[in-house]
Amino acid sequence: MAPGDVYALCASGEDVLMEVADRNNREGIKGWLNPGRYGWERVSYWLQRLTGVGLLAYFVGHIYETSSLTQGPDAWAAMLELTQTPMGHLILLLVIGMSTYHSANGIRLIFTHGGKGLGKPGRPDYPYDAVSLNYRQKSGIWIALILAAAAMLYGASVLFGGE
Amino acid sequence: MIDLIIEKIEKMEKKHQKKETVRSSVVLKVYRANRRARESAHYDSIEVPVERWTTVLDALLYAKAYKDSSIGIRYSCRMASCGSCGMKINGIPRLACYTKVSELEGSTITVEPLTNFPHMRDLVTDFSQFFAHHRDVQPYIQNEEADIKDKAKLSEFMQTPEDLDKFLQFSYCIKCGLCYSACPTVATDTKFPGPQALSQAYRYFIDNRDAGGKERINIVDDRHGIWRCHFAGSCSSVCPKGVDPALGIQLLRGHLLGFSKNEKKVADLQERLKKD
Repeated sequence: MAPGDVYALCASGEDVLMEVADRNNREGIKGWLNPGRYGWERVSYWLQRLTGVGLLAYFVGHIYETSSLTQGPDAWAAMLELTQTPMGHLILLLVIGMSTYHSANGIRLIFTHGGKGLGKPGRPDYPYDAVSLNYRQKSGIWIALILAAAAMLYGASVLFGGE
Repeated sequence: MIDLIIEKIEKMEKKHQKKETVRSSVVLKVYRANRRARESAHYDSIEVPVERWTTVLDALLYAKAYKDSSIGIRYSCRMASCGSCGMKINGIPRLACYTKVSELEGSTITVEPLTNFPHMRDLVTDFSQFFAHHRDVQPYIQNEEADIKDKAKLSEFMQTPEDLDKFLQFSYCIKCGLCYSACPTVATDTKFPGPQALSQAYRYFIDNRDAGGKERINIVDDRHGIWRCHFAGSCSSVCPKGVDPALGIQLLRGHLLGFSKNEKKVADLQERLKKD
């Protein structure tokens, strides 16, 4: 009997090795796709992860950008010029949206992770709506989304408004 | 009085009435795979007649009885009590006996085994890892007072209805594994105990008859433990019994972070102060 093998009792009473098709069958990162099937909380989870990864990428890029200062004023000016393009502005706009959403939703999550704003356990009754997925959580997600959209709109007016 | 109650129930039913589609037949797209028989994964489409009240399990059992007897399904009670018939129905983990065909959209219903569980055959998955996580959190009352080995009489534990309400909903868990299948953390971390085990840890932690809270906390307070939950809420949205595992996990984490006061500790301190 190898470790990890799965045995099951068959009708005749003897142990039968179940040769499983896939010992793991984990959904993996592809399970994060199509977040809409589980409701707004899953969408918020997905966006929080996505914006987190996006902000990390921006952070690395930002360090690279500012490190050009060590190569003198000309290198810094050349780097700045690169960001003063429509594509550079679009990336900045995304960063504004990502950071606003990540912060606002993060504040909501700090409270929920401490058990606040979730409601109290009680006696479940049909149709068994979960108290933790309440209007306060949904409002928090919407507020984060609206704030991110507003910040992006303001950012677009500044970046693309021109003089 | 009775009229008022009936009116209230009718209002509630209307509010929660799901959109139903009446059809005379549906096509079941059944996931088939059996490694033992060297059979690769594929889907079989089987047309079955349905009524308004036909559940997905009824439809599958009809297909098994009259179309293809080799379909592998696990089921038992047919009334959402045993938690055996969990499967992915149209991409979402649900109990087949608790899902009516008329509630689902489209004339094709895709049934697949639960993800995040090792697959065995067709719609059957292996629950040993899931149960091992459940056992790991010590899901039983730990209290020396309850040990009857050295006592002639078993002492009685008093509990108020308020004390009961704190854990009752978590004790309704039927271990169907739907939450485990829906959890995005379980999908990427095999060591994560999952929503079911963590909510059971809270169920016993908050029970005022239990004295094993500290040990249980040490088990879940791990790099792959409770801190890996990011409150995606999918476990609670798929739970067929209203257990709301996400709530239990966040409340337990609230105790760990010191957001919530531990009433047992407060009671202990008060007891000690009285003695002093």
